[in-house]
Amino acid sequence: MDTAAASLIGMGLAAAGMAGSGIGIGYVFGKMIEAVARQPNAESRVSKYVWIGFALVEAIALYGLVIAFIIMGQAG
Amino acid sequence: MMMISTAIASETAHAAASAAPKLEPLHHFQVQKIVPLSLFGWDISITNSSLWMMISVAAILLFFKMALKNEAKVPGRLQSLAEMGFVFARDLVQDNIGDEGRKYFPLVLALFFFVLFNNLLGLIPGSFTATSQLIVTGTLAIGVFILSVGIGVARHGVGFLKTFAPGGLPLALLPLMIPIEVISFLARPVSLAVRLFANMTAGHTVLGVMIFFTVTLPVWAGVIPLSFAVVLTGVEIFIGFIQAYIFAILTCVYINDAMHMH
Repeated sequence: MDTAAASLIGMGLAAAGMAGSGIGIGYVFGKMIEAVARQPNAESRVSKYVWIGFALVEAIALYGLVIAFIIMGQAG
Repeated sequence: MMMISTAIASETAHAAASAAPKLEPLHHFQVQKIVPLSLFGWDISITNSSLWMMISVAAILLFFKMALKNEAKVPGRLQSLAEMGFVFARDLVQDNIGDEGRKYFPLVLALFFFVLFNNLLGLIPGSFTATSQLIVTGTLAIGVFILSVGIGVARHGVGFLKTFAPGGLPLALLPLMIPIEVISFLARPVSLAVRLFANMTAGHTVLGVMIFFTVTLPVWAGVIPLSFAVVLTGVEIFIGFIQAYIFAILTCVYINDAMHMH
């Protein structure tokens, strides 16, 4: 296969990592809404951990972007 | 980092070859020298990245100076904004580290406002987002990492190594757990740096792609990506706040972990 074509496919595949992160972010916020609905006065404490969790999950998807950059650099 | 910069360079060189509007979403992340300087063989040129960092620091100083010029018991709009930021960072430190963390409050406040102003100033068209450079966020993250390790070693001495072996673990699991804990500990500065860098890069790239579609498509169809770009600009402002908050809160969490080992 042509190297340029293969690197384009690789960069596209790197974007597929977003799916997992999407599921994760859905879980994080879904569980937060559930928790706040059960215990409304815990909102400030819950939201702190939610934003940390959101950041951790989101970072995973962005590693995919970094991998795409690396492939782009390799392909030249 | 080098690979990314070569990728960006080849992207722009490629784009310059053709005159028609060309999709070059990574063009505005290119670091350009403005005032070439060198000191003992070190390249310390003022680039557009360092220029915009200086502008954001100047903006922070100006913001607080302006806000506190006429200090009033009943604060005006600008003063309450500055007080909100100040109280926000203070509560962050208080909630996450406790009373002992008060001496790290200036650090957290400075980090929060530096990242926030860089993120927000980067949204002005024609400006440069310094936090979209891995070297900038990496320097901040490694500074936080060295600080947290330093606090841990200064407080607990050799006992700090217990971070890698959580208490109450059966001995048989230790050979498995210690490498995992070491890797996750070393991944902290990497994820702290990459999160901020990748968020800013990704957001601005998407904005660039949307604006490119707006320019190249006929007017009736270009309205759709334009409206996307408007919405995304709002999202980017929100993300700028969230990322500054996360950078500050994770700094607090790491300092707290080093101070009170779990």
